[in-house]
Amino acid sequence: MNGAYVTRVSGPVVTVKGMAGALMYEVVRVGELGLVGEVVRQAGDLATVQVYEDTGMLKPGAPVERTGAPLSLWLGPGLIGNIYDGVQRPLPALEKQSGVWIKRGDKADPLDAGKLWDYRPLLKPGQAVTPGQTAGLVRETELVEHKVLVPPGVSGTVRSAAGPGRYGIKETLAVVDAPSGPAEIKMMQLWPVRRPRPARERLRAAEPLVTGQRVIDTFFPIAKGGCACIPGGFGTGKTITQHQLAKWSDASIIIFIGCGERGNEMTEVLREFPELKDPRTGRPLMERTILIANTSNMPVAAREVSIYTGITMAEYYRDMGLDVAVFADSTSRWAEALREMAARLEEMPAEEGFPASLPTRLAQFYERGGAVTTLGGERGSVSIVGAVSPPGGDFSEPVTQHTRRFTRVFWSLDTELANARHYPSINWLRSYSDYLDEVAEGWRRDAPDWRALRDGAMELMQREEHYRQIARLVGPDSLPDEQRFCLFMGGLMRDAFLAQSAFDPADAYCAPAKQAGLLRALMALYDGGRARLKKGAPLAAVTALPCAGALLRAKTEYPNGDAEGLARLLASVEEQLAGLAPAGKEGA
Amino acid sequence: MKAADRGLEYIGASRVEGPLVVVQKVRDAGYDELVEIKGPGGAPRLGRVLEVSEDNALVQVLEGTEGLSGATLSARFLGESLKLPVAKEMLGRVFDGLGRPADGGPMPLSGDRRDVNGAPINPVSRRYPREFIQTGISAIDGMNALVRGQKLPVFSGNGLPHDRVCAQLVRQAKLPGDSAEFSIVFAAMGVKRDVADFFMRDFAASGALGRVAMFLSLADAPGLERLLTPRAALTLAEHLAFDLGHHVLVVLTDMTNYCESLRETGTARGEIPGRKGYPGYLYSDLASIYERAGRVEGSTGSITQTAILTMPSDDISHPVPDLTGYITEGQIVLERDLFQRGVYPPIAGLPSLSRLMKDGVGEGYTRADHPALASQLFACYAYVKRVRALADIIGEEELNAGDKLYMRFGEAFEKRFLTQGEHEDRSIETTLDLGWEILSMLPRGELHRVSAALLDSHYKGKEG
Repeated sequence: MNGAYVTRVSGPVVTVKGMAGALMYEVVRVGELGLVGEVVRQAGDLATVQVYEDTGMLKPGAPVERTGAPLSLWLGPGLIGNIYDGVQRPLPALEKQSGVWIKRGDKADPLDAGKLWDYRPLLKPGQAVTPGQTAGLVRETELVEHKVLVPPGVSGTVRSAAGPGRYGIKETLAVVDAPSGPAEIKMMQLWPVRRPRPARERLRAAEPLVTGQRVIDTFFPIAKGGCACIPGGFGTGKTITQHQLAKWSDASIIIFIGCGERGNEMTEVLREFPELKDPRTGRPLMERTILIANTSNMPVAAREVSIYTGITMAEYYRDMGLDVAVFADSTSRWAEALREMAARLEEMPAEEGFPASLPTRLAQFYERGGAVTTLGGERGSVSIVGAVSPPGGDFSEPVTQHTRRFTRVFWSLDTELANARHYPSINWLRSYSDYLDEVAEGWRRDAPDWRALRDGAMELMQREEHYRQIARLVGPDSLPDEQRFCLFMGGLMRDAFLAQSAFDPADAYCAPAKQAGLLRALMALYDGGRARLKKGAPLAAVTALPCAGALLRAKTEYPNGDAEGLARLLASVEEQLAGLAPAGKEGA
Repeated sequence: MKAADRGLEYIGASRVEGPLVVVQKVRDAGYDELVEIKGPGGAPRLGRVLEVSEDNALVQVLEGTEGLSGATLSARFLGESLKLPVAKEMLGRVFDGLGRPADGGPMPLSGDRRDVNGAPINPVSRRYPREFIQTGISAIDGMNALVRGQKLPVFSGNGLPHDRVCAQLVRQAKLPGDSAEFSIVFAAMGVKRDVADFFMRDFAASGALGRVAMFLSLADAPGLERLLTPRAALTLAEHLAFDLGHHVLVVLTDMTNYCESLRETGTARGEIPGRKGYPGYLYSDLASIYERAGRVEGSTGSITQTAILTMPSDDISHPVPDLTGYITEGQIVLERDLFQRGVYPPIAGLPSLSRLMKDGVGEGYTRADHPALASQLFACYAYVKRVRALADIIGEEELNAGDKLYMRFGEAFEKRFLTQGEHEDRSIETTLDLGWEILSMLPRGELHRVSAALLDSHYKGKEG
């Protein structure tokens, strides 16, 4: 495997000679600095390599070293709470090595091989094992019990097994006599980043992924194992929405991929997550989070692979029977990395310069999400939420269009709402969720009337938009009372329910029961108010009811879990409606 | 580079096309290496290697290929990529677009030469910016506050007063009660001499000239030189900020010209064009400039960036402002409509945004009422825009009393809150009080985004 050398350098794309027999996606080390690269094309003696680091001053003739293996991740305890670049270099370790700047050729082990973990074995010698079976347990963080799994492809009889104790990730914990020879089980596994990890079977998504965001959970829910797409022009709050979801989603593991985005945004996550508490367990959010940060100024080839790094880690935890949520911000930057690499490889471009393989690549990525029965027989899931940054806010561009084909939830961010600082700026008329039936079971626990409330509210918002358009032409005062009331209620619904502050401690996370309670009170005012209007009550009297103000403040005034308070709110709405004077007389 | 090859001169090029030269049979040249190209009798011109193979090197001549001949030109490979010597003494000086002295003075002595491409900051090592900078401009301080270490560009159009707004910002920007050293790095790409002179005069008038380093690649300079101008400027800024602890304000103008130069190279190389002919890597390329801002662990300094860019035909969805907006932490948008109605500074109320404002204002930073006040002003002004659209159709007289009130509020917001003198430096208290004064024109019941307690202490209007 020696004698290979560089013959041509064009940015991150390098041509190498002397590479007969090289494998596609094999990792190579290029030049004196040992820059990490991957073989992306092979023809006879020549190979084209994409390099994950800056290739400045790299020269023809520089030596290239083959590793014989595809780009693989280290999977094992120690991933949680860490922060990696796109090719799994641990950023805190790089900082210790070379300070605030990432230097070329920097290397560090993704996991600390010297760290000892408390291991509780579940295997005994003589026992038969199959792939995916739990060999032992490691408490990775307070929130995560890490299962050391028998790797895919390994089955047989346990020859020897280590007892309980403290072990490093590379120590042998058990030896299995497999048909092909003895196989060692360690805490750490290597897994090629571009290959999906196997599962026994795929399941229908059934549980809602509760995010605590009203417009999402109530109107456009995502199921555990579902895929969602958030497209939005710049300044529409994609990143804040993604952060909110990463903070509050009720998944066991959160993987946040900052793919080609701002450095300061990753810093914000790093600063906030250790301080924020998980609303369900009270533990710091960082104890269930892995961050992948390949910011926009880091090498573009590593950006391309960062998406796969994140999803492979997600599958690894899914295989332990956990619910994992992956947030990718932004898949457009990933697609642009594909485009840039394709252009350097002189591939024939398809739509807007993107390679013709873009839809396939997107489909392959989203298809790695889903609910499954793991090899070990447990239920696990990977949910994917991909942000899309369409150029010029134009949703007809290829990345948005193709992403729509492979995701079943579409949260459409709206510049007009964002300009009015209505957040999350998810447009309720253009968004959709295809998981309404799947999540119904989960909602039934918190609010049996959820679907009826939701559909009623959606109809209200549809009508509001319709009347708003008319009002834009003739002025609201020319509309009949019933329609003006609809406009009034639409406005109330926007402010009291759909808008949600990420910065108000009482409002940032809204539990499903509170969501339903708020909506129930709002719909009571809507339905009751319309009935009163029909009986001749004056519009001014209905809109002047004090409960409207109470509804506006309710989202910040009632804490999660205050069922009684919300019941009182509903009662006060009904009471005030009942107290409206009959037609013809003045005010309530 | 092997000693024997250092400074080897290659005579002749197989192809000269636009800004590109192909030099054959080159030994030991590296990607991105600097090249000195000489024509018959001319001064040497700088170029850099865009692509290198065993047979030849593709060189981009930064100072233009005019008068070069493939048969006679000579190319000398310099053995390194473009490096800039950095020193504190560069403040008060003027440089050309490649960082060479342009004021007749000598090159500052420095043993510290840095690659102008810089290196990415480890995201773990960044410090989150949250110190409010008072610019004295109400539309910025009140609604789109700037913090130290932020990158906040100005999106403008031809003929709009972006230079004046930017100069005012540079003149007035201060951290209340802070005495740390501050300096300004100014990079001009493809703008006219007048613009550079305007800034120079303004720096001189405010006594800041000794703290300014200028990198000028003006409209008459060779186009491709400006691809390196912002990088050279930021290399100095990084030295001042992270080695010497200065608070550096970097002004880049005009990024649209920069992007056009990038497009020119891309086209010359026959690359597959993306939107409007700009190369597909425009985003990554811009990010490698804009991301060189912020604060890092272990240093007290900071780089705050403001880039001016003119939007071709005022189109905010044009690739240059669009991709910039995706990278920077907000944007200040100048609006032609406001400008034509005599509003200075014509900072558009709604599309302007500061993403880092949320963490730099409020209790302990500016004043407790600041976030809610800003949010309420945005909401009310957004409603004004809707009412105006309605008034255009049905006529202002037909509006109901509430909407007429909003029309008056909108007028006052633009004429009193947004409008201010070019030398009027408003304190943040003045700005916030003014905001409340104007908000108080509306009935209290309309102000949903402000808590009752804040209304009790700040609302000045009639109850209702």
